Amino acid sequence: MSAGQPASAGNGQDPIIILTGVTKVYDMGKEQIHALRGIDLKISANEYISIMGPSGSGKSTLMNVIGCLDTPTAGRYEFEGELVCDVDGDKITRMDDDDLAGIRNRKIGFVFQTFNLLARTSALRNVELPLVYAGVSRKERSVRAREALEIVGLADRADHAPSELSGGQRQRVAIARALVTKPSIILADEPTGNLDSTTSREIMSFMDELHSQGNTIILVTHEADIAKHAHRVIHILDGQVASDERGAAAA
Amino acid sequence: MIETLRIAGSALWAHKFRAFLTTLGIAIGIFTIGVVMAIIEGLNTSFADQISHLGSDVLYVDKRAWFQGRDAWINARQRKNIGLDAVEYISARAQYVSHVSPRIFQRGQLKFREKSLDGIALMGVHADMAIIQGQEVVEGRFLSSLDTDHRRPVTVIGEAVRESLFEGQDAVGKRLTINGRKFLVIGVLEKQGTMLGRNLDNVAYVPAETFLKMFGRRWRNITIAVKASSPELVNDAKDELEGIMRRYRKLRPGQENDFAINQQSSLQEFYDKATGMLWMVAIGIGSISLIVGGVGVMNIMLVTVTERTFEIGIRKSLGARRSAILWQFLVESMVVSALGVLVGFVAASGTAIFIQNNTPLAARIPPTWLGLGIGVVVIVGLIFGLWPATKAARLDPIEALRYE
Ligand SMILES: Nc1ncnc2c1ncn2[C@@H]1O[C@H](COP(=O)(O)OP(=O)(O)OP(=O)(O)O)[C@@H](O)[C@H]1O
Ligand SMILES: [Mg+2]
Repeated sequence: MSAGQPASAGNGQDPIIILTGVTKVYDMGKEQIHALRGIDLKISANEYISIMGPSGSGKSTLMNVIGCLDTPTAGRYEFEGELVCDVDGDKITRMDDDDLAGIRNRKIGFVFQTFNLLARTSALRNVELPLVYAGVSRKERSVRAREALEIVGLADRADHAPSELSGGQRQRVAIARALVTKPSIILADEPTGNLDSTTSREIMSFMDELHSQGNTIILVTHEADIAKHAHRVIHILDGQVASDERGAAAA
Repeated sequence: MIETLRIAGSALWAHKFRAFLTTLGIAIGIFTIGVVMAIIEGLNTSFADQISHLGSDVLYVDKRAWFQGRDAWINARQRKNIGLDAVEYISARAQYVSHVSPRIFQRGQLKFREKSLDGIALMGVHADMAIIQGQEVVEGRFLSSLDTDHRRPVTVIGEAVRESLFEGQDAVGKRLTINGRKFLVIGVLEKQGTMLGRNLDNVAYVPAETFLKMFGRRWRNITIAVKASSPELVNDAKDELEGIMRRYRKLRPGQENDFAINQQSSLQEFYDKATGMLWMVAIGIGSISLIVGGVGVMNIMLVTVTERTFEIGIRKSLGARRSAILWQFLVESMVVSALGVLVGFVAASGTAIFIQNNTPLAARIPPTWLGLGIGVVVIVGLIFGLWPATKAARLDPIEALRYE
């Protein structure tokens, strides 16, 4: 199997993600919505983290910032020693769009609650997509995408479009797509939110497997028994870190 | 690049009918330009063939210029007519000139026994005319200077006249009547074909002097055809002729010419002007339909970008750079446009071939135009695809993902 090989594998002490005072404010004209209010967080390689919290507390916003999809309105974010952005009042330092796209492409694998697969496009082609944008040759793309589909047990469904797959199968395609680039971290925002408990267990066993192979995993969930898979549980409340507990044993 | 083409192809395939409608605008534009240009191209070829009949080394001295504005034409009508004596006047003085002949024209009726032909071109000329116009006699002989000097009632007829009146029998030696006067046929001219839609073989040549005597000399204006000694000397001959004609007309220095010297090239100039206008019209219509087609492409691309916002979000979340998204949509709009060109070009070629084979018009589409058309349309696709593609490329990934 060829799952991720993070740059600094093992229980390294060097954090690969450092968030300092990360704040996100949505300016809605007459009112301002504080989605994140000064988040400080350090995440090291090969951690297995779950983020919990009530609806609207800012979990997805935090994931999007970590995943370089969104930029904070204040605070500092470093990813693998590189400064992604530093917003201090009017002083803004941030990577440009293409650099962010590069990080998303090579370093981060996303798994979304709604799968986010391209419709009318085969599973294989969906899994190939990140490799297309990484400039990998056609032949190698196809080989690696098939490998990834094999890992999630869908090699025989490579030519099926998402509409021909079950919810669980779709999410497995999404996981294959997330790991095909061998990213340093996998971000999963409620990956089991749309699935029944049996399928959820299946998906979580893939997550555990990926973690045991050295991947860093951050997952957002509402369910306590899903959160139990992680070794570190962070509770978010109203845009702030309410608690950060380590040591909970994995299943 | 191949990857981008593949993405564009499958995106278009997903909306086949819409893609087809989009290409239609461009296809119609290209079709219009194609057909008009094919006809002009065809006209050019046949026109070049036809005016070569006139001879590039022949000058025509006339009261008025062939092609000019209406005012100038009315003005020229008030000028004195040129008389037959000008022929002698010119040939006695001109040095750069080898042959001179009058050319008097009117339409008339020919009769042989019970058969009659109307609307035949009657030409009053001298013996030199056969050389000036480069005509061969296939039967009998052409007019001689004896015929003209003695105002003999003889005629040389065109091939079409012989066909109609004598139906394959010998024409030479037969007597026919022209406008009621008796003439003896002494020769038949070689077949000329048509020029600008007119049959050049519906003609009867008679001596100019006989013409004037029999059909009247009052109000009669004469054109004089002059052949330069060699094609290189045409311009010298023209200058010389102008001087001779000014003396003939007794013009003082500074007085305007009351005659004109026409030549093949003035016909060419007129033709160029006329087809130039056709070109402008074709380019006008074509550009308008291309712009309309282009705006159609832009409209559809804007709709497509909006519809596929979520898809763009997915691509961006997976690491697609701005340029990748930009090219994806640019290539899509160029492919749609190019398909339009192809369809329009094929339709125009088919129509051109149809016109060529089924109508008297000539039409031709040089294959190089396809390259030109595709070039033009790649540019059209680029211009009209640029805004929608830029819009797509600039989308914020997180907002695009939230769009449903
Ligand atoms: N684009 C936006 N414009 C305005 N407000 C927004 C926007 N996106 C999120 N918010 C607000 O920010 C806050 C945090 O949203 P977020 O999606 O991060 O919550 P969440 O913790 O993921 O909730 P859930 O568990 O329901 O997914 C919410 O109050 C939400 O209304
Ligand atoms: Mg959420």
